[in-house]
Amino acid sequence: MILFKDLKVKIDDKMIINNFNLEVSPGELHVIMGPNGSGKSTLAYTIAGHPKYSIESGEIIYKKELINDMSPEERSGNGIFLSLQYPISIPGVKNIYFLKSAINSLRKFQGKDEIDTIDFLKLVRGLLPLVGLDESFLHRSVNDGFSGGEKKRNEILQMLVLKPDLSILDETDSGLDIDALKIIAEGIKNYRNEKRSFILITHHHRILDSLKPDRVHILIDGEIVLSGGAELANKLEKEGYGWLRKKDLND
Amino acid sequence: MNNDTINNQLDKRYEFGFTTNIEQDTLPPGLNEDVIKIISNKKNEPEWLLNWRLNAFKKWKKMTEPKWAKINYPEIDYQKISYFSAPKKKNLESLDEVDPEILKTYNKLGIPIEEQKMLAGVAVDAVFDSVSVTTTFKKDLAKAGVIFCSFSEAVLEYPDLVKKYLGSVVPQADNFFAALNSAVFSDGSFVYIPKNTKCPMELSTYFRINALNTGQFERTLIIADSGSEVSYLEGCTAPMRDENQLHAAVVELVALDDANIKYSTVQNWYPGDENGKGGIYNFVTKRGDCRGNKSKISWTQVETGSAVTWKYPSVILKGNKSIGEFYSVAVSNNYQQADTGTKMIHIGENTKSTIITKGISAGHGQQTYRGEVKIMKKAKNARNYSQCDSMLIGDKCGAHTFPYIDVKNESSIMEHEATTSSIGEDQLFYCAQRGISEEDAISLIVNGFCRDVFKELPMEFAMEAQQLMEVSLEGSVG
Ligand SMILES: Nc1ncnc2c1ncn2[C@@H]1O[C@H](COP(=O)(O)OP(=O)(O)O)[C@@H](O)[C@H]1O
Ligand SMILES: [Mg+2]
Repeated sequence: MILFKDLKVKIDDKMIINNFNLEVSPGELHVIMGPNGSGKSTLAYTIAGHPKYSIESGEIIYKKELINDMSPEERSGNGIFLSLQYPISIPGVKNIYFLKSAINSLRKFQGKDEIDTIDFLKLVRGLLPLVGLDESFLHRSVNDGFSGGEKKRNEILQMLVLKPDLSILDETDSGLDIDALKIIAEGIKNYRNEKRSFILITHHHRILDSLKPDRVHILIDGEIVLSGGAELANKLEKEGYGWLRKKDLND
Repeated sequence: MNNDTINNQLDKRYEFGFTTNIEQDTLPPGLNEDVIKIISNKKNEPEWLLNWRLNAFKKWKKMTEPKWAKINYPEIDYQKISYFSAPKKKNLESLDEVDPEILKTYNKLGIPIEEQKMLAGVAVDAVFDSVSVTTTFKKDLAKAGVIFCSFSEAVLEYPDLVKKYLGSVVPQADNFFAALNSAVFSDGSFVYIPKNTKCPMELSTYFRINALNTGQFERTLIIADSGSEVSYLEGCTAPMRDENQLHAAVVELVALDDANIKYSTVQNWYPGDENGKGGIYNFVTKRGDCRGNKSKISWTQVETGSAVTWKYPSVILKGNKSIGEFYSVAVSNNYQQADTGTKMIHIGENTKSTIITKGISAGHGQQTYRGEVKIMKKAKNARNYSQCDSMLIGDKCGAHTFPYIDVKNESSIMEHEATTSSIGEDQLFYCAQRGISEEDAISLIVNGFCRDVFKELPMEFAMEAQQLMEVSLEGSVG
C-alpha cells in the first residue's frame, strides 16, 4: 500500500524525520509509538501532503506511485485519510455540509455524480451510532466547541463516510474515556479488511488490545529505532522510552 | 412665475452656452446654480423642487467632504463632473463589444444571454419582451394600490407625497454627499404602500428596466403607510456597466404605525482591477425612519462591488416599540476599501435594534465596520444586540472595528460581540485532506461565516449572493 524509502523531512530548515523506512501492505495495521516531539505527527502530515512539511530526500510510494509532489486533495482522492491529532474547527460551517462537500469532492475525483441528498443522509445517519454521536452533531459547526472526545469521534465518522484505503490515525485514542475508546476501537475494527491499511499513532496499548496490530514501531528523533509485535506496546507503556535511548547510545 | 415661463427663460439663457451639448443631452462638466436649473427644467420639475435643489446647493457649497472614514482616494474635483447625462445609454451593437471579464462573470452567475445584453447596455432584441413582464407586474400592483415608479414620474404624478416626505429622513445638509445628491439627483425609485396593505410582491429595481440607468446621483423614497408591509430589492448580482466613477445616492424610508419595510441590497459595481485601477466610488446615505409605533425597518446588504464604499444604512427608532435591523456582508478584495456600518438611534420607548455584520477582507482589501448605537433619554427599556465579525483571507488585508455606544437612559440593555477570524492554512489543509479544493473550501467557509446574514435575504437573492461571493473572492488565496 505505502512504502517509505530513506525519507527525510524538514520544517523551517529543521530536520524532523530522518532516514525513515517502512512498508505497510494492504490489510495491515502498523502502530507508531514514540516520545513527544519525536516526529510522529510530522510523519502523518507529510504523508497527507501538508505544504509546511517539505521532503528533503527519499521517496513516498503509494499504490506503486511516487507521491512526493502530489497535492493534498489528490492524495485524499486516491484514498489517503488523516485523522488529525488536533482536529481543526471551522466555525459557521455545518458538519453535514462539510461531510457532503467532502464526499462529493471525492466522487468528482472518481468521475462519479454528486451523491443524492437522501442517500447521503441515510448513509450518515447509519454511521452515527458506530461512533456514538447523535444527529445534533451534524448541524453543529465543524469541531467548533466540540470536546476532545467528540472531535475524535467526528474524525472517525469522516473516515467511515469517505472510505479511505490508507488511514493514518494520529493519537485518535488520546483523551478518550474508556467507553469512547471502546466505541472508536470497535469502529476501526469493523472498518478493517484485507484491502485497507492503517498507520496508527498512539501512546497507549489499550486500543491495541482489540485491534491486533501487525507491527509496532518506535520512533525516536524521526527514526525507527525498534520494531516488533504487539507485546512491544505493552513494554513501552510500562517502562517508557528511557531504555531505548540508552540502547541507542550503546550501539 | 409659472413653470413654463421659467423653462422658457432657462432655455433662452442657455441657448448658446450649451447648444452642442444639449443636442447630446449632456452638460459640460461643472456645477453651479444654472446647471441645477437645467437639470430641473429637463425633468419638467415644479418650482418648489427647483428651489429645494437650489437650497441644498447653497448648503453644500458651505460643506466639506468628510475625512473621518478609513478610506483613501484621490481628491475629487466636483467641477470636473458632468451633472446631467441622461438618457445616455450608449448602446453597444453586440455582446462581442463587452469586456470579456464582465461576460465571464455573467456566465458564472448563470445570467441568461438576453439579460446579459440588457445589463451590459447592448441593444436588446425584440424577442426579449421585458415590457410584458413589467405590464403584468404593474397591473397587480395597481390593484393593491401600490405606487412603484421612477422618482421623476412621482414628482409629476404624486407631488403631494413627494413634497411631504422628501428630505424628511435625510435632511439636505445631513452630510456633504447627501447635500450634493439633494442638489443634483438624477433619478431613482418611489414607492408608496397604502394603509393596511401588504405589497403583493417583492419590489425589485430589476423590474424597472429604466432604473438600471438612474445615473450617479440616485434618489429613492419609500413610504409604508400604517399597517402596511413591503420588501424592496435594490441592485442585482451582475456587475453593471457604468462610466460614472462617483456615485452618491440617497435612500429614505418612512414606516408609519405598524408598518414594516425590508430593504435588501446587492451592490456589485465595478470594483476596479486586481491592481486597484478604476472602480466606482460609492458614497451612499441610507436611512430609515420608524416614525410610527410598532413599526419596523430592516436593512440587509451584500456589498461586494465598488472600489471605495462609504455607507451606513441607519434606523431612527422614533415610534414606541419600533424595531430596527441591520444585516450586512461586505467584501473587500484586491485593493477595495469599505467603510460601512450602521446607526441605530433609539428615541421611543421599548425600541429594539439588532446589528449583525460580516466583513471579509482578502488580497489588499481594507474593511472598516463603523457603528453607532445611541439610546436617547426618553428611550426607556431600549435594547440593542450587536455582533460584528471580521474575516481575513491572506495576510495583506485589514479589518477594523469602531463601535460607538452612547447611552442616555439607564434602563437600556446593550449586548455587543465582535470576533476576528482568518481562513488559516490549517483550515484549508484540513479541507484539502478531505478532498475539498481550495476554491470550494473558501466558499464553504465564507458562506458559513455569512450564513446569519444570507438567511435574511429573500430566497432568490440568497442563492445569487452565495454565487456572487465565490466570484468576488476568486483567486483571493495562493
Ligand atoms: N508546524 C511546525 N512548525 C515548527 N516546528 C514544528 C511544527 N510541527 C512540529 N514541529 C517540531 O517538530 C518536532 C516533531 O513534532 P511532532 O511531529 O508534532 O512530534 P510528535 O507528534 O511525535 O509529538 C518537534 O520538535 C516540533 O516542535
Ligand atoms: Mg503528535
